[in-house]
Amino acid sequence: MAQKDASVFAAGGSDLELVGISKVFPGFTAVDNISLKIPAGSFFALLGPSGCGKTTTLRLISGLEEPTAGKILIGGKDITNTKPHQRTVNTVFQSYALFPHMTILENVAFGLKQRKMKNAIELAHEALALVELDHMASRKPSQLSGGQQQRVALARAVVNRPALLLLDEPLGALDLKLRRQMQIELKAIQSEVGLTFLHVTHDQEEAMTMADTVAVMNKGKIEQMGAPAELYELPKTRFVATFLGQSNLFDGKVTGATASTISVAVGSRTLELPAKRSAITSGDITVGVRPEKIAITRAKPAASKSRSLIGPGTVTDASFSGVSTQYLVDVPGLSTMTVFEQNDGDIVKAGTEVWLSWDSEFSFGIPLEAQGFHDSDTSTTTLAAQAK
Amino acid sequence: MAIGAFSHGPTGTVVSAESQKKSRVAWFLLLPGIVYLLLFFLTPLFSLVLTSFKTAPPAAFIGEYVYAFRWENYVEVLGMYGEHSLRSFTYAAIATLIALAIGYPLAYFIGVRLRPYPLLQSLALVLVIAPFFISFLLRTVAWKQLLADQGWIVGTMKAFAILPPDAHITGTSISVIFGLAYNFIPFMTLPLYTSIERLDLRLIEASNDLYANPMTTFRKVTIPLTLPGIVSGTLLTFIPAAGDYVNASANFLGSTQTSMIGNVIESNFLVLQNYPHAASMSLILMGAILVLVSAYVFKSGTDDLL
Repeated sequence: MAQKDASVFAAGGSDLELVGISKVFPGFTAVDNISLKIPAGSFFALLGPSGCGKTTTLRLISGLEEPTAGKILIGGKDITNTKPHQRTVNTVFQSYALFPHMTILENVAFGLKQRKMKNAIELAHEALALVELDHMASRKPSQLSGGQQQRVALARAVVNRPALLLLDEPLGALDLKLRRQMQIELKAIQSEVGLTFLHVTHDQEEAMTMADTVAVMNKGKIEQMGAPAELYELPKTRFVATFLGQSNLFDGKVTGATASTISVAVGSRTLELPAKRSAITSGDITVGVRPEKIAITRAKPAASKSRSLIGPGTVTDASFSGVSTQYLVDVPGLSTMTVFEQNDGDIVKAGTEVWLSWDSEFSFGIPLEAQGFHDSDTSTTTLAAQAK
Repeated sequence: MAIGAFSHGPTGTVVSAESQKKSRVAWFLLLPGIVYLLLFFLTPLFSLVLTSFKTAPPAAFIGEYVYAFRWENYVEVLGMYGEHSLRSFTYAAIATLIALAIGYPLAYFIGVRLRPYPLLQSLALVLVIAPFFISFLLRTVAWKQLLADQGWIVGTMKAFAILPPDAHITGTSISVIFGLAYNFIPFMTLPLYTSIERLDLRLIEASNDLYANPMTTFRKVTIPLTLPGIVSGTLLTFIPAAGDYVNASANFLGSTQTSMIGNVIESNFLVLQNYPHAASMSLILMGAILVLVSAYVFKSGTDDLL
């Protein structure tokens, strides 16, 4: 379908480039000097907690907000000063925003008719077929379920073959099962039509499963950007380490560094980690390790140069979740540690004394930061109200 | 109810007895309203219909009529006052359009632009209905003074040669239509406001996002979504304006050349004492408005009206 219609639409997927973009609301900086480039045809996710500025970034790109500073380029062309209706960008809104007074077909054909496409109705039917809702074409949005409305909203945006498709947490209102199903469908549609997708979400699992590249946003800034696995395995800031999955973090001081290894004093213990996996090589540091990398044993394992060892600690909680068990282990002198263990039939009971060890290659080093980064959350709706 | 649908025998009869009792309560609560309508709407209407067919007996006094079936009354009034009827509906239609042109932007400003400031919004609404604090008649008389030939408005306009030296404003169609529009603007604005206040701005954004410029968005999204307010506002303005007899009266903003149906009915009832003609004219006005309004509501196709 994409190939057949490609010639009709001037704009296929295009690059998006943000150059030093900022948005300041009275008394609040929502987006703080963001620069990024999204290559044509990729699936890019902007991930962050509510109030981090991700929705504002999206609204700047669609033209619904004007940036305070910076430039927006689509396909190399500066569109910063154009109106929303002049931009070859379409949005799938969080609220779907389907026109209640029009039928499903009229909703989907709306954008095409504005662009004076002759075969608008035919293309709208094709787009509805793509989301498997063509049999509902003559209904009104209120007669559809939430999931169906979501698919119509997607069809209404995709049918225009925009240079860039913006998705503003479109799956937020769906229940978990439907959400997983829609994630797969969305990904399939993206690869089928070959558009550039920019997906805004606060769901880290959604971002990781769907996107080629994820940018983690916090307080109006991009903390880290990269492929999902790269972000997960080697976070560069405390925020990324805790927002994207869970981490066990130990604050300490660098006591020695060679070309390959850094030694860190954490309380009375010394942990070692590869120099290439640390963002800093001297002074205060936070050492982290993901919970599933840690092995939990009742007996003290044999000391090994390549393994980090912590213990003994006491299991305070073991919660069984099918494929794995999550343990909370209290280690004297350290915070409570989280460990994920595959279920191989041997579940350690709460109160047991255990040793924790992991391959030092899995440790990562990030700058030591004050905690409590999550407190200044401002919800998007409050911001929008303030902006008016 | 759902349980009743699956059960048989005793349970079913219990449910129906219960619902019978409920419907008796409903009727009881409706009773005052029904009595009121019977006494103050249906009875006068019935009497009006009877009066409209009355005839004057031979050698009757002025204002003396007996019951008959004189349908010629209707033919006579249509012949005599056809011009007044046409004028009424024309004035009312123009005044309604003016009120809509003023009321819509006003309601949009209060309902959308002032949405983030609830206090200002309430204040603006109070200002819209503030004219009601002063009697309708007093305000119309005040306008008569303002627009009078000796008034400063006409004086200024003549000084700047906007009006020729021998022109008037009062007593013309313009002043009557102005008065009608002025007096009915709140009736237009309030229903418009209730519709516009509920307008989902995210739909406007969606329309802009889908390549519609602001003008097209207004035409294809804003107007259809606020249509219930437009329909009820225009009805609440048009219906009373068509029957209005204050603005067009020579005592207020009009003259004998601007008489509307209301003035005809008034003079037939109170001056000429030709009750059958007044009654038949009233019924014709009612019928005409009913037909016009039904056609309008049917055409605009709003089921969720008022």
